[in-house]
Amino acid sequence: MNALRNFLDNVKPKFQEGGKFAKFRSTFGAFETFLFTPNETNKCGVHVRDAVDLKRTMIVVVLALVPALLFGMYNTGYQHFRMTGELADVTFWQIFFKGFLAVLPIIVVSYVVGLAIEFASAQMRGHEVNEGFLVSGMLIPLVMPADVPLWMVGVATAFAVIFGKEVYGGTGMNFWNPALLARVFLFFAYPTKMSGETAWYYNYSSEVAVDGFSGATPLALANGGHYTAFSDAFFGLIPGSIGETSAVAILIGAFILLYTGVASWKTMISVFVGGIAMGWLFNQIGSADNAMAQLPWYNHLVYGGFCFGAVFMATDPVTSARTEGGKFIYGFLIGAMAIVIRVLNPGFPEGMMLAILLMNTFAPLIDHFFVQANINRRKKRLTIKA
Amino acid sequence: MSSKKNKEAFLTPLGLNNPVTVQVLGICSALAVTAKLMPAIVMGISVTIITALSNVVISCLRKTIPLRIRIIVQLVVVAALVTIVSEVLKAFAYDISVQLSVYVGLIITNCILMGRLEAFAMQNEPWPSFLDGIGNGLGYAKILIIVAFFRELFGSGTLFGINILNYDCVAGAGYVNNGLMLMPPMALIIVACIIWWQRAHNKDLQQK
Repeated sequence: MNALRNFLDNVKPKFQEGGKFAKFRSTFGAFETFLFTPNETNKCGVHVRDAVDLKRTMIVVVLALVPALLFGMYNTGYQHFRMTGELADVTFWQIFFKGFLAVLPIIVVSYVVGLAIEFASAQMRGHEVNEGFLVSGMLIPLVMPADVPLWMVGVATAFAVIFGKEVYGGTGMNFWNPALLARVFLFFAYPTKMSGETAWYYNYSSEVAVDGFSGATPLALANGGHYTAFSDAFFGLIPGSIGETSAVAILIGAFILLYTGVASWKTMISVFVGGIAMGWLFNQIGSADNAMAQLPWYNHLVYGGFCFGAVFMATDPVTSARTEGGKFIYGFLIGAMAIVIRVLNPGFPEGMMLAILLMNTFAPLIDHFFVQANINRRKKRLTIKA
Repeated sequence: MSSKKNKEAFLTPLGLNNPVTVQVLGICSALAVTAKLMPAIVMGISVTIITALSNVVISCLRKTIPLRIRIIVQLVVVAALVTIVSEVLKAFAYDISVQLSVYVGLIITNCILMGRLEAFAMQNEPWPSFLDGIGNGLGYAKILIIVAFFRELFGSGTLFGINILNYDCVAGAGYVNNGLMLMPPMALIIVACIIWWQRAHNKDLQQK
Protein backbone atom coordinates (compact mmCIF):
# COMPACT_ATOMS: atom_id res chain seq x y z
CA MET A 1 0.00 0.00 0.00
CA ASN A 2 2.76 2.40 0.97
CA ALA A 3 4.69 1.67 -2.20
CA LEU A 4 1.62 2.50 -4.23
CA ARG A 5 1.09 5.73 -2.28
CA ASN A 6 4.73 6.71 -2.78
CA PHE A 7 4.54 5.98 -6.47
CA LEU A 8 1.45 8.16 -6.81
CA ASP A 9 3.08 10.98 -4.86
CA ASN A 10 6.14 10.74 -7.08
CA VAL A 11 4.30 11.05 -10.36
CA LYS A 12 1.72 13.54 -9.10
CA PRO A 13 3.68 16.72 -9.98
CA LYS A 14 3.84 15.64 -13.60
CA PHE A 15 0.07 15.70 -13.78
CA GLN A 16 -0.43 19.03 -12.06
CA GLU A 17 -0.64 22.47 -13.65
CA GLY A 18 2.50 23.02 -15.74
CA GLY A 19 3.55 19.39 -15.55
CA LYS A 20 4.37 17.21 -18.51
CA PHE A 21 1.03 15.40 -18.54
CA ALA A 22 -1.13 18.24 -17.25
CA LYS A 23 -3.67 17.41 -19.95
CA PHE A 24 -4.37 14.08 -18.30
CA ARG A 25 -4.77 15.38 -14.77
CA SER A 26 -8.36 14.26 -14.47
CA THR A 27 -7.37 10.74 -15.52
CA PHE A 28 -4.73 10.77 -12.81
CA GLY A 29 -7.18 12.17 -10.30
CA ALA A 30 -9.68 9.46 -11.14
CA PHE A 31 -7.19 6.68 -10.42
CA GLU A 32 -5.80 8.36 -7.33
CA THR A 33 -9.18 8.83 -5.69
CA PHE A 34 -10.23 5.37 -6.78
CA LEU A 35 -7.30 3.86 -4.89
CA PHE A 36 -7.14 6.18 -1.89
CA THR A 37 -9.71 8.25 -0.09
CA PRO A 38 -8.83 11.84 -1.00
CA ASN A 39 -7.48 13.84 1.95
CA GLU A 40 -8.35 17.23 0.53
CA THR A 41 -10.96 19.26 2.34
CA ASN A 42 -13.12 22.04 1.04
CA LYS A 43 -12.01 25.55 1.86
CA CYS A 44 -15.30 27.30 1.34
CA GLY A 45 -18.88 26.44 2.30
CA VAL A 46 -19.48 22.72 2.28
CA HIS A 47 -22.58 20.69 1.66
CA VAL A 48 -21.48 17.35 3.03
CA ARG A 49 -24.35 15.42 4.50
CA ASP A 50 -22.63 12.07 4.73
CA ALA A 51 -19.19 10.57 5.05
CA VAL A 52 -19.75 8.55 1.88
CA ASP A 53 -18.74 10.08 -1.44
CA LEU A 54 -20.00 9.21 -4.90
CA LYS A 55 -17.39 6.51 -5.51
CA ARG A 56 -18.34 4.60 -2.35
CA THR A 57 -22.04 4.92 -3.18
CA MET A 58 -21.40 3.48 -6.61
CA ILE A 59 -19.36 0.63 -5.18
CA VAL A 60 -22.27 -0.33 -2.92
CA VAL A 61 -24.52 -0.59 -5.96
CA VAL A 62 -21.95 -2.71 -7.79
CA LEU A 63 -21.72 -4.97 -4.72
CA ALA A 64 -25.50 -5.25 -4.65
CA LEU A 65 -25.39 -6.34 -8.29
CA VAL A 66 -22.95 -9.17 -7.57
CA PRO A 67 -25.57 -11.79 -6.54
CA ALA A 68 -27.57 -11.12 -9.70
CA LEU A 69 -24.37 -11.22 -11.74
CA LEU A 70 -23.14 -14.53 -10.29
CA PHE A 71 -26.55 -16.10 -10.66
CA GLY A 72 -26.76 -14.69 -14.19
CA MET A 73 -23.50 -16.40 -15.08
CA TYR A 74 -24.70 -19.70 -13.68
CA ASN A 75 -28.04 -19.38 -15.44
CA THR A 76 -26.37 -18.52 -18.75
CA GLY A 77 -24.38 -21.74 -18.54
CA TYR A 78 -27.46 -23.64 -17.40
CA GLN A 79 -29.57 -22.40 -20.31
CA HIS A 80 -26.75 -23.18 -22.74
CA PHE A 81 -26.52 -26.78 -21.61
CA ARG A 82 -30.30 -27.05 -21.50
CA MET A 83 -30.32 -26.00 -25.15
CA THR A 84 -27.68 -28.59 -26.10
CA GLY A 85 -29.32 -31.24 -23.93
CA GLU A 86 -26.15 -31.94 -21.93
CA LEU A 87 -27.50 -30.80 -18.60
CA ALA A 88 -27.25 -34.22 -17.02
CA ASP A 89 -23.58 -34.66 -17.92
CA VAL A 90 -22.07 -31.45 -16.56
CA THR A 91 -21.08 -30.41 -13.04
CA PHE A 92 -22.02 -27.22 -11.24
CA TRP A 93 -18.63 -25.64 -11.94
CA GLN A 94 -18.70 -26.54 -15.62
CA ILE A 95 -22.05 -24.82 -15.89
CA PHE A 96 -20.82 -21.78 -14.03
CA PHE A 97 -17.61 -21.57 -16.04
CA LYS A 98 -19.51 -21.74 -19.34
CA GLY A 99 -21.66 -18.84 -18.20
CA PHE A 100 -18.64 -16.98 -16.91
CA LEU A 101 -17.00 -17.23 -20.33
CA ALA A 102 -20.17 -15.93 -21.96
CA VAL A 103 -20.74 -12.99 -19.63
CA LEU A 104 -17.19 -11.78 -18.99
CA PRO A 105 -16.54 -10.45 -22.53
CA ILE A 106 -19.79 -8.48 -22.41
CA ILE A 107 -18.72 -6.87 -19.13
CA VAL A 108 -15.26 -6.08 -20.51
CA VAL A 109 -16.64 -4.51 -23.69
CA SER A 110 -19.19 -2.46 -21.77
CA TYR A 111 -16.58 -1.09 -19.35
CA VAL A 112 -13.85 -0.47 -21.93
CA VAL A 113 -16.11 1.38 -24.35
CA GLY A 114 -17.98 3.32 -21.69
CA LEU A 115 -14.95 4.32 -19.64
CA ALA A 116 -12.98 5.28 -22.76
CA ILE A 117 -15.72 7.73 -23.72
CA GLU A 118 -16.07 8.99 -20.15
CA PHE A 119 -12.33 9.61 -19.81
CA ALA A 120 -12.04 11.17 -23.26
CA SER A 121 -14.90 13.59 -22.66
CA ALA A 122 -13.61 14.47 -19.20
CA GLN A 123 -10.21 15.34 -20.69
CA MET A 124 -11.79 17.41 -23.44
CA ARG A 125 -13.83 19.44 -21.02
CA GLY A 126 -11.18 19.60 -18.34
CA HIS A 127 -13.57 18.04 -15.86
CA GLU A 128 -12.79 15.39 -13.34
CA VAL A 129 -13.67 11.88 -14.40
CA ASN A 130 -17.01 10.93 -12.92
CA GLU A 131 -17.77 7.63 -11.31
CA GLY A 132 -21.23 7.17 -12.74
CA PHE A 133 -20.15 4.65 -15.30
CA LEU A 134 -18.95 2.15 -12.70
CA VAL A 135 -22.57 1.19 -12.14
CA SER A 136 -23.85 1.66 -15.70
CA GLY A 137 -21.01 -0.51 -16.99
CA MET A 138 -22.17 -3.32 -14.75
CA LEU A 139 -25.88 -2.80 -15.45
CA ILE A 140 -25.46 -2.91 -19.22
CA PRO A 141 -24.25 -6.56 -19.37
CA LEU A 142 -26.97 -7.58 -16.93
CA VAL A 143 -29.78 -6.34 -19.18
CA MET A 144 -28.35 -7.97 -22.31
CA PRO A 145 -29.35 -11.37 -23.66
CA ALA A 146 -26.52 -13.88 -23.34
CA ASP A 147 -26.05 -14.35 -27.06
CA VAL A 148 -25.76 -10.67 -27.96
CA PRO A 149 -22.81 -10.00 -30.32
CA LEU A 150 -20.06 -8.05 -28.58
CA TRP A 151 -19.88 -5.30 -31.16
CA MET A 152 -23.55 -4.55 -30.50
CA VAL A 153 -22.77 -4.12 -26.82
CA GLY A 154 -20.01 -1.71 -27.80
CA VAL A 155 -22.20 0.31 -30.17
CA ALA A 156 -25.07 0.46 -27.71
CA THR A 157 -22.80 1.51 -24.85
CA ALA A 158 -21.24 4.24 -26.96
CA PHE A 159 -24.67 5.47 -28.01
CA ALA A 160 -25.99 5.45 -24.47
CA VAL A 161 -22.99 7.23 -22.96
CA ILE A 162 -22.70 9.87 -25.68
CA PHE A 163 -26.36 10.63 -26.38
CA GLY A 164 -27.80 9.70 -23.01
CA LYS A 165 -25.21 11.24 -20.77
CA GLU A 166 -22.35 13.29 -22.18
CA VAL A 167 -24.48 15.59 -24.33
CA TYR A 168 -26.41 16.57 -21.21
CA GLY A 169 -23.24 17.26 -19.25
CA GLY A 170 -22.11 13.93 -17.85
CA THR A 171 -22.85 12.07 -14.64
CA GLY A 172 -25.68 13.57 -12.65
CA MET A 173 -27.06 15.54 -15.60
CA ASN A 174 -28.56 12.70 -17.62
CA PHE A 175 -32.28 12.23 -17.41
CA TRP A 176 -32.40 8.74 -18.88
CA ASN A 177 -30.85 5.70 -17.33
CA PRO A 178 -27.81 4.98 -19.56
CA ALA A 179 -28.02 1.20 -19.17
CA LEU A 180 -31.65 1.15 -20.25
CA LEU A 181 -30.86 3.49 -23.10
CA ALA A 182 -28.26 1.00 -24.32
CA ARG A 183 -30.84 -1.76 -24.16
CA VAL A 184 -33.59 0.23 -25.83
CA PHE A 185 -31.14 1.18 -28.59
CA LEU A 186 -30.42 -2.47 -29.34
CA PHE A 187 -34.07 -3.42 -28.94
CA PHE A 188 -35.11 -1.09 -31.74
CA ALA A 189 -31.96 -1.27 -33.85
CA TYR A 190 -31.42 -5.02 -33.92
CA PRO A 191 -34.69 -6.60 -32.77
CA THR A 192 -33.74 -10.07 -34.00
CA LYS A 193 -30.78 -10.21 -31.63
CA MET A 194 -32.64 -8.78 -28.65
CA SER A 195 -35.84 -10.81 -28.57
CA GLY A 196 -37.30 -13.97 -29.96
CA GLU A 197 -36.48 -17.48 -28.88
CA THR A 198 -32.78 -17.84 -29.59
CA ALA A 199 -31.21 -14.66 -28.24
CA TRP A 200 -31.14 -15.94 -24.67
CA TYR A 201 -28.83 -18.88 -25.32
CA TYR A 202 -25.08 -18.49 -25.45
CA ASN A 203 -23.73 -19.82 -28.77
CA TYR A 204 -27.16 -20.80 -30.00
CA SER A 205 -27.30 -22.71 -33.22
CA SER A 206 -30.06 -24.93 -34.50
CA GLU A 207 -27.53 -27.71 -35.12
CA VAL A 208 -26.59 -28.21 -31.48
CA ALA A 209 -30.04 -27.53 -30.06
CA VAL A 210 -31.94 -30.61 -28.99
CA ASP A 211 -34.93 -31.63 -31.07
CA GLY A 212 -38.11 -29.77 -30.34
CA PHE A 213 -36.25 -27.23 -28.22
CA SER A 214 -38.26 -24.10 -27.56
CA GLY A 215 -36.55 -21.21 -25.87
CA ALA A 216 -39.20 -18.59 -25.32
CA THR A 217 -39.09 -16.45 -22.19
CA PRO A 218 -41.89 -16.61 -19.60
CA LEU A 219 -43.36 -13.37 -20.95
CA ALA A 220 -43.46 -14.68 -24.52
CA LEU A 221 -44.99 -17.93 -23.27
CA ALA A 222 -47.55 -16.06 -21.21
CA ASN A 223 -48.62 -14.23 -24.36
CA GLY A 224 -49.55 -17.61 -25.76
CA GLY A 225 -51.45 -18.52 -22.62
CA HIS A 226 -48.80 -20.75 -21.05
CA TYR A 227 -47.83 -19.54 -17.59
CA THR A 228 -44.47 -20.37 -16.06
CA ALA A 229 -44.81 -21.38 -12.42
CA PHE A 230 -44.23 -18.63 -9.86
CA SER A 231 -41.50 -20.58 -8.06
CA ASP A 232 -39.53 -21.24 -11.29
CA ALA A 233 -39.53 -17.59 -12.17
CA PHE A 234 -38.79 -16.62 -8.58
CA PHE A 235 -35.62 -18.72 -8.38
CA GLY A 236 -34.76 -17.86 -11.92
CA LEU A 237 -33.50 -20.83 -13.93
CA ILE A 238 -35.46 -19.50 -16.90
CA PRO A 239 -34.45 -17.84 -20.16
CA GLY A 240 -34.09 -14.07 -20.01
CA SER A 241 -31.53 -11.28 -19.95
CA ILE A 242 -28.40 -12.17 -17.99
CA GLY A 243 -29.15 -10.51 -14.68
CA GLU A 244 -32.91 -10.26 -14.63
CA THR A 245 -34.13 -13.83 -14.21
CA SER A 246 -33.70 -14.57 -10.52
CA ALA A 247 -35.90 -12.64 -8.11
CA VAL A 248 -33.96 -14.16 -5.19
CA ALA A 249 -30.60 -12.76 -6.29
CA ILE A 250 -32.17 -9.39 -7.01
CA LEU A 251 -33.86 -9.29 -3.61
CA ILE A 252 -30.48 -9.90 -1.92
CA GLY A 253 -29.21 -6.89 -3.87
CA ALA A 254 -32.30 -4.93 -2.87
CA PHE A 255 -31.60 -5.74 0.77
CA ILE A 256 -28.03 -4.42 0.48
CA LEU A 257 -29.23 -1.24 -1.23
CA LEU A 258 -31.94 -0.59 1.35
CA TYR A 259 -29.77 -1.48 4.35
CA THR A 260 -27.04 0.94 3.27
CA GLY A 261 -29.61 3.56 2.33
CA VAL A 262 -28.26 3.93 -1.20
CA ALA A 263 -31.59 3.28 -2.90
CA SER A 264 -34.89 4.80 -1.87
CA TRP A 265 -37.35 2.33 -0.36
CA LYS A 266 -40.13 4.70 -1.40
CA THR A 267 -39.39 4.26 -5.09
CA MET A 268 -38.81 0.54 -4.81
CA ILE A 269 -41.97 -0.22 -2.83
CA SER A 270 -44.18 1.96 -4.97
CA VAL A 271 -42.98 0.28 -8.18
CA PHE A 272 -44.13 -3.04 -6.76
CA VAL A 273 -47.38 -1.51 -5.51
CA GLY A 274 -48.01 -0.03 -8.95
CA GLY A 275 -47.33 -3.34 -10.63
CA ILE A 276 -49.55 -5.26 -8.21
CA ALA A 277 -52.39 -2.77 -8.52
CA MET A 278 -52.36 -2.73 -12.30
CA GLY A 279 -51.86 -6.50 -12.56
CA TRP A 280 -54.76 -7.08 -10.19
CA LEU A 281 -56.92 -4.64 -12.13
CA PHE A 282 -56.26 -6.50 -15.38
CA ASN A 283 -57.04 -9.79 -13.60
CA GLN A 284 -60.42 -8.36 -12.61
CA ILE A 285 -61.18 -7.16 -16.13
CA GLY A 286 -59.71 -10.37 -17.55
CA SER A 287 -60.62 -10.08 -21.22
CA ALA A 288 -60.99 -13.59 -22.58
CA ASP A 289 -58.81 -13.20 -25.68
CA ASN A 290 -55.85 -11.58 -23.94
CA ALA A 291 -53.77 -14.18 -22.11
CA MET A 292 -51.54 -11.49 -20.60
CA ALA A 293 -54.51 -9.83 -18.89
CA GLN A 294 -55.31 -13.08 -17.13
CA LEU A 295 -51.75 -13.64 -15.98
CA PRO A 296 -51.99 -13.62 -12.14
CA TRP A 297 -50.67 -10.34 -10.76
CA TYR A 298 -47.98 -12.00 -8.60
CA ASN A 299 -46.52 -13.66 -11.71
CA HIS A 300 -46.05 -10.28 -13.36
CA LEU A 301 -43.66 -9.33 -10.59
CA VAL A 302 -41.23 -12.20 -11.18
CA TYR A 303 -41.43 -12.42 -14.97
CA GLY A 304 -39.02 -10.54 -17.19
CA GLY A 305 -37.22 -7.49 -15.95
CA PHE A 306 -39.79 -6.26 -13.46
CA CYS A 307 -37.79 -7.04 -10.31
CA PHE A 308 -34.49 -5.95 -11.79
CA GLY A 309 -35.97 -2.70 -13.05
CA ALA A 310 -37.70 -1.94 -9.77
CA VAL A 311 -34.59 -2.54 -7.65
CA PHE A 312 -31.71 -1.30 -9.76
CA MET A 313 -33.10 0.91 -12.53
CA ALA A 314 -36.02 2.83 -11.08
CA THR A 315 -34.06 3.75 -7.95
CA ASP A 316 -31.17 5.35 -9.83
CA PRO A 317 -30.83 8.60 -7.85
CA VAL A 318 -29.99 10.68 -10.92
CA THR A 319 -32.88 9.77 -13.16
CA SER A 320 -35.62 9.16 -10.61
CA ALA A 321 -37.78 11.79 -9.00
CA ARG A 322 -35.94 13.59 -6.21
CA THR A 323 -38.75 14.92 -4.07
CA GLU A 324 -39.83 12.47 -1.39
CA GLY A 325 -43.52 12.58 -2.33
CA GLY A 326 -42.63 12.50 -6.00
CA LYS A 327 -40.87 9.18 -5.55
CA PHE A 328 -44.17 7.50 -4.66
CA ILE A 329 -45.89 8.76 -7.80
CA TYR A 330 -42.87 8.11 -9.97
CA GLY A 331 -42.50 4.54 -8.71
CA PHE A 332 -46.21 3.74 -8.85
CA LEU A 333 -46.48 4.92 -12.44
CA ILE A 334 -43.46 2.85 -13.48
CA GLY A 335 -45.01 -0.31 -12.09
CA ALA A 336 -48.42 0.46 -13.54
CA MET A 337 -47.09 1.49 -16.97
CA ALA A 338 -44.93 -1.63 -17.20
CA ILE A 339 -47.95 -3.87 -16.75
CA VAL A 340 -50.06 -1.76 -19.11
CA ILE A 341 -47.43 -2.06 -21.86
CA ARG A 342 -47.03 -5.79 -21.28
CA VAL A 343 -50.72 -6.52 -21.37
CA LEU A 344 -51.98 -4.14 -24.02
CA ASN A 345 -49.07 -4.27 -26.47
CA PRO A 346 -47.81 -7.78 -27.18
CA GLY A 347 -45.21 -6.22 -29.50
CA PHE A 348 -43.24 -5.07 -26.46
CA PRO A 349 -43.18 -7.96 -24.00
CA GLU A 350 -40.61 -6.14 -21.91
CA GLY A 351 -42.68 -3.19 -20.75
CA MET A 352 -40.46 -2.45 -17.76
CA MET A 353 -37.67 -0.94 -19.85
CA LEU A 354 -40.02 1.39 -21.70
CA ALA A 355 -41.96 2.27 -18.56
CA ILE A 356 -38.84 3.32 -16.68
CA LEU A 357 -37.52 5.41 -19.57
CA LEU A 358 -40.92 7.04 -19.94
CA MET A 359 -41.08 7.94 -16.26
CA ASN A 360 -37.45 9.10 -16.31
CA THR A 361 -38.64 11.66 -18.83
CA PHE A 362 -41.44 12.79 -16.55
CA ALA A 363 -39.50 12.74 -13.28
CA PRO A 364 -38.48 16.44 -13.48
CA LEU A 365 -42.14 17.35 -14.09
CA ILE A 366 -43.28 15.39 -11.03
CA ASP A 367 -40.57 17.10 -8.98
CA HIS A 368 -41.64 20.48 -10.28
CA PHE A 369 -45.18 20.05 -9.02
CA PHE A 370 -44.09 18.79 -5.63
CA VAL A 371 -41.66 21.65 -5.15
CA GLN A 372 -44.29 24.12 -6.32
CA ALA A 373 -46.88 22.68 -3.93
CA ASN A 374 -44.43 23.07 -1.08
CA ILE A 375 -43.69 26.66 -2.01
CA ASN A 376 -47.41 27.46 -2.18
CA ARG A 377 -48.09 25.84 1.17
CA ARG A 378 -45.36 27.85 2.83
CA LYS A 379 -46.51 31.04 1.17
CA LYS A 380 -50.00 30.48 2.55
CA ARG A 381 -48.59 29.95 6.01
CA LEU A 382 -46.68 33.18 5.66
CA THR A 383 -49.74 35.25 4.69
CA ILE A 384 -51.87 33.87 7.50
CA LYS A 385 -49.30 34.91 10.08
CA ALA A 386 -48.91 38.33 8.53
CA MET B 1 -29.44 42.15 -59.78
CA SER B 2 -26.78 40.54 -57.64
CA SER B 3 -26.14 43.21 -55.09
CA LYS B 4 -24.64 42.37 -51.70
CA LYS B 5 -28.06 42.22 -50.14
CA ASN B 6 -29.34 39.78 -52.74
CA LYS B 7 -26.33 37.55 -52.30
CA GLU B 8 -26.96 37.55 -48.59
CA ALA B 9 -30.62 36.63 -49.06
CA PHE B 10 -29.51 33.67 -51.13
CA LEU B 11 -26.48 32.50 -49.17
CA THR B 12 -27.22 32.92 -45.46
CA PRO B 13 -30.02 30.30 -45.41
CA LEU B 14 -27.50 27.76 -46.68
CA GLY B 15 -25.23 28.29 -43.71
CA LEU B 16 -25.47 30.70 -40.80
CA ASN B 17 -29.22 31.15 -40.99
CA ASN B 18 -30.25 27.68 -42.06
CA PRO B 19 -34.01 27.21 -41.67
CA VAL B 20 -33.64 23.73 -40.14
CA THR B 21 -30.51 23.87 -38.01
CA VAL B 22 -30.61 27.50 -36.88
CA GLN B 23 -34.26 28.53 -36.99
CA VAL B 24 -35.37 24.95 -36.23
CA LEU B 25 -38.27 25.03 -38.69
CA GLY B 26 -39.60 22.25 -40.90
CA ILE B 27 -38.49 19.54 -38.48
CA CYS B 28 -41.57 17.32 -38.94
CA SER B 29 -40.95 16.66 -42.59
CA ALA B 30 -37.23 16.27 -41.92
CA LEU B 31 -38.19 13.31 -39.72
CA ALA B 32 -40.83 11.91 -42.01
CA VAL B 33 -39.31 11.73 -45.48
CA THR B 34 -35.64 11.08 -44.76
CA ALA B 35 -35.59 7.30 -44.36
CA LYS B 36 -34.50 7.06 -48.00
CA LEU B 37 -32.35 9.43 -50.04
CA MET B 38 -34.49 9.72 -53.16
CA PRO B 39 -37.71 10.94 -51.51
CA ALA B 40 -35.64 13.37 -49.46
CA ILE B 41 -34.15 14.91 -52.60
CA VAL B 42 -37.53 15.16 -54.31
CA MET B 43 -39.00 16.71 -51.17
CA GLY B 44 -36.15 19.21 -51.01
CA ILE B 45 -36.64 20.21 -54.65
CA SER B 46 -40.42 20.52 -54.22
CA VAL B 47 -40.07 22.76 -51.18
CA THR B 48 -37.45 24.87 -52.97
CA ILE B 49 -39.71 25.42 -55.99
CA ILE B 50 -42.77 26.18 -53.88
CA THR B 51 -40.93 28.54 -51.53
CA ALA B 52 -39.36 30.44 -54.41
CA LEU B 53 -42.53 30.78 -56.47
CA SER B 54 -44.80 31.64 -53.57
CA ASN B 55 -42.28 34.22 -52.44
CA VAL B 56 -42.38 35.81 -55.91
CA VAL B 57 -46.17 35.80 -56.10
CA ILE B 58 -46.66 37.24 -52.62
CA SER B 59 -43.93 39.77 -53.20
CA CYS B 60 -45.70 40.98 -56.36
CA LEU B 61 -49.01 41.24 -54.49
CA ARG B 62 -47.57 42.61 -51.26
CA LYS B 63 -48.82 46.17 -51.75
CA THR B 64 -52.36 45.14 -52.60
CA ILE B 65 -52.91 42.51 -49.89
CA PRO B 66 -54.95 43.92 -47.00
CA LEU B 67 -52.92 43.27 -43.85
CA ARG B 68 -55.78 41.70 -41.94
CA ILE B 69 -56.33 38.84 -44.37
CA ARG B 70 -52.75 38.37 -45.53
CA ILE B 71 -52.36 34.91 -43.99
CA ILE B 72 -55.33 33.61 -45.95
CA VAL B 73 -54.00 35.10 -49.17
CA GLN B 74 -50.61 33.52 -48.52
CA LEU B 75 -52.24 30.17 -47.82
CA VAL B 76 -54.21 30.27 -51.06
CA VAL B 77 -51.06 30.94 -53.06
CA VAL B 78 -49.11 28.18 -51.30
CA ALA B 79 -51.98 25.72 -51.57
CA ALA B 80 -52.25 26.32 -55.31
CA LEU B 81 -48.52 25.74 -55.80
CA VAL B 82 -48.52 22.65 -53.59
CA THR B 83 -51.37 21.19 -55.59
CA ILE B 84 -49.53 21.81 -58.85
CA VAL B 85 -46.33 20.17 -57.54
CA SER B 86 -48.30 17.26 -56.14
CA GLU B 87 -50.04 16.65 -59.49
CA VAL B 88 -46.75 16.93 -61.39
CA LEU B 89 -45.17 14.35 -59.09
CA LYS B 90 -48.10 12.01 -59.53
CA ALA B 91 -47.83 12.33 -63.30
CA PHE B 92 -44.05 12.01 -63.72
CA ALA B 93 -42.68 10.35 -60.58
CA TYR B 94 -45.53 8.23 -59.32
CA ASP B 95 -43.45 5.87 -57.14
CA ILE B 96 -41.85 8.68 -55.26
CA SER B 97 -45.10 10.52 -54.81
CA VAL B 98 -46.47 7.32 -53.22
CA GLN B 99 -43.47 7.18 -50.89
CA LEU B 100 -43.87 10.80 -49.93
CA SER B 101 -47.61 10.19 -49.46
CA VAL B 102 -49.25 12.95 -47.47
CA TYR B 103 -46.06 14.89 -46.95
CA VAL B 104 -46.25 16.62 -50.32
CA GLY B 105 -49.67 17.93 -49.40
CA LEU B 106 -48.36 18.86 -45.99
CA ILE B 107 -45.75 21.18 -47.49
CA ILE B 108 -48.50 23.75 -47.08
CA THR B 109 -48.03 23.53 -43.32
CA ASN B 110 -44.24 23.72 -43.55
CA CYS B 111 -43.23 26.53 -41.24
CA ILE B 112 -40.40 27.57 -43.54
CA LEU B 113 -42.87 28.65 -46.23
CA MET B 114 -45.08 30.84 -44.08
CA GLY B 115 -42.04 32.12 -42.27
CA ARG B 116 -40.37 33.32 -45.45
CA LEU B 117 -43.58 34.83 -46.79
CA GLU B 118 -44.19 36.76 -43.59
CA ALA B 119 -40.61 37.71 -42.85
CA PHE B 120 -39.24 38.39 -46.31
CA ALA B 121 -41.65 38.43 -49.25
CA MET B 122 -44.04 40.89 -47.60
CA GLN B 123 -41.28 43.49 -47.38
CA ASN B 124 -39.12 42.91 -50.45
CA GLU B 125 -39.05 43.11 -54.23
CA PRO B 126 -39.83 39.96 -56.27
CA TRP B 127 -36.22 39.26 -57.33
CA PRO B 128 -34.68 39.24 -53.83
CA SER B 129 -37.72 37.28 -52.64
CA PHE B 130 -37.10 34.70 -55.33
CA LEU B 131 -33.45 34.35 -54.26
CA ASP B 132 -34.49 34.14 -50.62
CA GLY B 133 -36.97 31.37 -51.44
CA ILE B 134 -34.40 29.39 -53.45
CA GLY B 135 -31.83 29.84 -50.67
CA ASN B 136 -34.14 28.69 -47.92
CA GLY B 137 -35.42 25.78 -49.97
CA LEU B 138 -31.89 24.64 -50.71
CA GLY B 139 -30.85 25.11 -47.10
CA TYR B 140 -33.74 22.85 -46.11
CA ALA B 141 -32.91 20.37 -48.87
CA LYS B 142 -29.27 20.29 -47.79
CA ILE B 143 -30.14 19.13 -44.26
CA LEU B 144 -32.70 16.65 -45.57
CA ILE B 145 -30.13 15.10 -47.88
CA ILE B 146 -27.47 14.82 -45.16
CA VAL B 147 -29.94 13.19 -42.78
CA ALA B 148 -31.31 10.85 -45.45
CA PHE B 149 -27.80 9.90 -46.54
CA PHE B 150 -26.90 8.63 -43.08
CA ARG B 151 -30.27 7.06 -42.43
CA GLU B 152 -30.41 5.12 -45.67
CA LEU B 153 -26.74 4.14 -45.54
CA PHE B 154 -26.81 2.79 -41.98
CA GLY B 155 -30.46 1.81 -41.80
CA SER B 156 -30.79 -0.12 -45.06
CA GLY B 157 -27.16 -0.37 -46.14
CA THR B 158 -28.07 1.20 -49.47
CA LEU B 159 -27.93 4.54 -51.29
CA PHE B 160 -30.62 5.32 -53.89
CA GLY B 161 -31.62 1.70 -53.35
CA ILE B 162 -28.21 0.41 -54.49
CA ASN B 163 -26.51 -1.96 -52.08
CA ILE B 164 -23.46 -0.38 -50.44
CA LEU B 165 -22.85 -2.13 -47.13
CA ASN B 166 -24.66 -5.45 -47.15
CA TYR B 167 -21.99 -7.94 -48.08
CA ASP B 168 -20.77 -11.00 -46.26
CA CYS B 169 -17.16 -10.09 -45.69
CA VAL B 170 -15.74 -12.90 -43.61
CA ALA B 171 -17.81 -15.98 -42.87
CA GLY B 172 -21.14 -14.22 -42.64
CA ALA B 173 -19.74 -11.32 -40.62
CA GLY B 174 -20.88 -8.28 -42.53
CA TYR B 175 -22.75 -5.10 -41.87
CA VAL B 176 -26.03 -5.53 -39.98
CA ASN B 177 -28.72 -3.00 -40.79
CA ASN B 178 -29.55 -0.73 -37.89
CA GLY B 179 -33.33 -0.68 -37.59
CA LEU B 180 -33.34 2.35 -35.32
CA MET B 181 -31.91 4.45 -38.15
CA LEU B 182 -35.14 3.98 -40.09
CA MET B 183 -37.24 5.26 -37.20
CA PRO B 184 -38.01 8.97 -36.83
CA PRO B 185 -36.13 9.44 -33.51
CA MET B 186 -32.84 8.79 -35.25
CA ALA B 187 -33.54 11.60 -37.75
CA LEU B 188 -33.94 13.91 -34.79
CA ILE B 189 -30.62 12.75 -33.35
CA ILE B 190 -28.84 13.25 -36.68
CA VAL B 191 -30.32 16.74 -37.02
CA ALA B 192 -29.13 17.39 -33.47
CA CYS B 193 -25.63 16.23 -34.41
CA ILE B 194 -25.59 18.59 -37.40
CA ILE B 195 -26.68 21.44 -35.14
CA TRP B 196 -24.00 20.43 -32.65
CA TRP B 197 -21.32 20.42 -35.34
CA GLN B 198 -22.47 23.73 -36.80
CA ARG B 199 -22.55 25.54 -33.45
CA ALA B 200 -19.18 24.15 -32.45
CA HIS B 201 -17.71 25.67 -35.61
CA ASN B 202 -19.53 29.02 -35.54
CA LYS B 203 -18.97 31.07 -32.44
CA ASP B 204 -21.76 33.49 -33.52
CA LEU B 205 -24.40 30.80 -33.16
CA GLN B 206 -23.48 29.78 -29.63
CA GLN B 207 -25.89 30.98 -27.02
CA LYS B 208 -24.41 33.04 -24.26
